[in-house]
Amino acid sequence: MRVLCCVKRVPAPGAKINVTADGLAVDAAHLGFTTSPHEECGVEEAVQIAERTGGEVTVLTLGPAEAAEQLRYAASVGAHLGVLVSTDGAAWDPQRTARALTAAIESLEAGSGAFDLILFGNESADSGGFQVGVRVAYALGRPIVNGIKGIEVDGPVVRARREIDGGFEVYEMDLPAALGVKEGINLPRYPTMRGRLASKKLEITTLVLDAAGGDQALVRLHRPTETVSQTVILGDGPDAAPAAVDVLEELGLV
Amino acid sequence: MLLVVLEHDRGTLGEPAREALTFGRTLAAKMGVEMHALAIGAGAPATEQVAAASGDHGAARLYTVDHDLLSDFGPEAWGQSLVQVINTLQPGAVLACGSERGNEVMAQAAARLDWPFVANCTDIIPPAGGGGQWSMTRIQWGGSLLEDATLTTGTALLTCGLHTVASAPVEPAPVAPPETQAVAVELDAALARTVVKDRVVLEAGVTLPTAPVVVGGGRGVGSAEGFAPLEELAELLGGRVGCSRAVTNNGWRPHSDQVGQTGTRIAPEIYIASGISGAIQHWVGAMGSKHILAINIDPEANMVVKANWAVIGDLHQVIPAISAEIRRRRDRP
Ligand SMILES: Cc1cc2nc3c(=O)[nH]c(=O)nc-3n(C[C@H](O)[C@H](O)[C@H](O)COP(=O)(O)OP(=O)(O)OC[C@H]3O[C@@H](n4cnc5c(N)ncnc54)[C@H](O)[C@@H]3O)c2cc1C
Ligand SMILES: Nc1ncnc2c1ncn2[C@@H]1O[C@H](COP(=O)(O)O)[C@@H](O)[C@H]1O
Repeated sequence: MRVLCCVKRVPAPGAKINVTADGLAVDAAHLGFTTSPHEECGVEEAVQIAERTGGEVTVLTLGPAEAAEQLRYAASVGAHLGVLVSTDGAAWDPQRTARALTAAIESLEAGSGAFDLILFGNESADSGGFQVGVRVAYALGRPIVNGIKGIEVDGPVVRARREIDGGFEVYEMDLPAALGVKEGINLPRYPTMRGRLASKKLEITTLVLDAAGGDQALVRLHRPTETVSQTVILGDGPDAAPAAVDVLEELGLV
Repeated sequence: MLLVVLEHDRGTLGEPAREALTFGRTLAAKMGVEMHALAIGAGAPATEQVAAASGDHGAARLYTVDHDLLSDFGPEAWGQSLVQVINTLQPGAVLACGSERGNEVMAQAAARLDWPFVANCTDIIPPAGGGGQWSMTRIQWGGSLLEDATLTTGTALLTCGLHTVASAPVEPAPVAPPETQAVAVELDAALARTVVKDRVVLEAGVTLPTAPVVVGGGRGVGSAEGFAPLEELAELLGGRVGCSRAVTNNGWRPHSDQVGQTGTRIAPEIYIASGISGAIQHWVGAMGSKHILAINIDPEANMVVKANWAVIGDLHQVIPAISAEIRRRRDRP
């Protein structure tokens, strides 16, 4: 089976997220970058499916040239091919992103046929538009369901599980299909030494594509007003247990 | 008119729909229009409960789409239905709650119309004097950051962030349920491909999003076995164990226990957060807690700074001591 996974490069902030002076981006000066967590699980799922079916995994990202780092990481955990749609690094709105990704997938499929399964994250970690996967799948004429935490490929059919309160619902689609997956669907593996070496040799196909912008424009990012708490220190070590239990008692829990 | 898409599960209206109606009331007032609601389903989707709840929350009229294909939820069939309703009714804006289903249905409709869709708004300002530019504030990074954005469009497709407002009925309560009107749709049978095929109900019990007490453990717990004392404390308090992503990444706990941006949002009476630094992506899942007690060896940890109370020390000693103290007090005659 040929599986495609779309991943986005995002900053990996720590305790706080800082914004650049112009308010247009996360200040990444002292930050590393990562793949959105849902999509990291998407890559792992794609690799597992390919391992079971003797297939091939392609990872696709739209972003600055540095996003090649996320493609190489995917290769280090088992992806075979990497495709970068390069931008100037500025944030693209969801419609523009979806149009460019659609064009990229169409051009890849024109060469080697339709991907059996396309995986997206449920939402990107940073802008969280909750729509790029749905737009791309619709444009390609593929069915898509979001929020997926379990995938089972059975011949020409894919069964997918989505969590609901107290259980899950099951969807069943013919391939080719697309799914938006969530963290928790699997536990992504760590790269092995061999994987790391292989990833250095990954040949990355770079596509230069533009697409018409959408009608949503970013004005400014800002932090929500912070909760300030006057923390009461109850004490040090196990000796503080009675004071902690006093608190629980006050709340009617003891 | 502002059209609110009602999220329901086979005829039962849940909290997200009430939130959307509550948020929508304010938006409709700003737009200077009436708020109407839409129930999509099969076999009289406007059940008595749906009709009464939408009226109680301010919908002046209720539209229904009734089609065999819609007997259970299906993102494509719902999205296609919504498109046809929009074409028939020409609302000024469409709003749903930014729940999993709400965002998905709006994305499906937006994809089909090739219109923009702005997810998870916390505040929306309609254009002054009809057509033109909308302004909104929306959630990024699961709530760690907010984005001010503008939108230039005819009909705005929007969701309000889940739990951005608490649902509230209008006062005084309306005397009669809203007038109901059916809207016909034609759906391609192929859309059945993404309608729910089957459901599996797992055992009920206290779930993480609704637990009154959550005992959280982070990297500081150190191992899967290290969670035993946390389990014990959670059980004593009738609560559940939660954890950070560092823990799920290490395979010490299942992801269903993870609190945060890519995990669960909790809202307990008290969150006992031990060995967790309180990174922003964890915090956005924990900030709905009414009270927080942090246990950490580092007095400067973000979790400690943001907590109501803190114990500075090794959780492996502090947690068993708390459990022992609870038992001692309970055993006291
Ligand atoms: C896009 C994105 C999404 C994310 N989503 C989530 C999410 O949903 N949930 C989440 O949790 N994280 C999430 N993260 C990860 C997050 O940034 C942090 O890496 C993670 O929360 C850290 O977990 P931790 O607090 O357990 O570990 P650490 O940050 O390593 O903190 C460990 C803490 O334990 C304390 N400690 C150590 N030993 C002891 C001891 N014996 N007794 C008491 N205290 C001790 C230390 O002082 C420290 O404060 C996300 C990250 C990204 C980039
Ligand atoms: N720049 C991008 N490059 C590759 N995939 C993306 C990009 N942006 C979004 N996606 C995919 O679309 C999903 C949904 O994104 P969003 O609509 O931003 O929440 C993500 O989880 C990714 O799988």
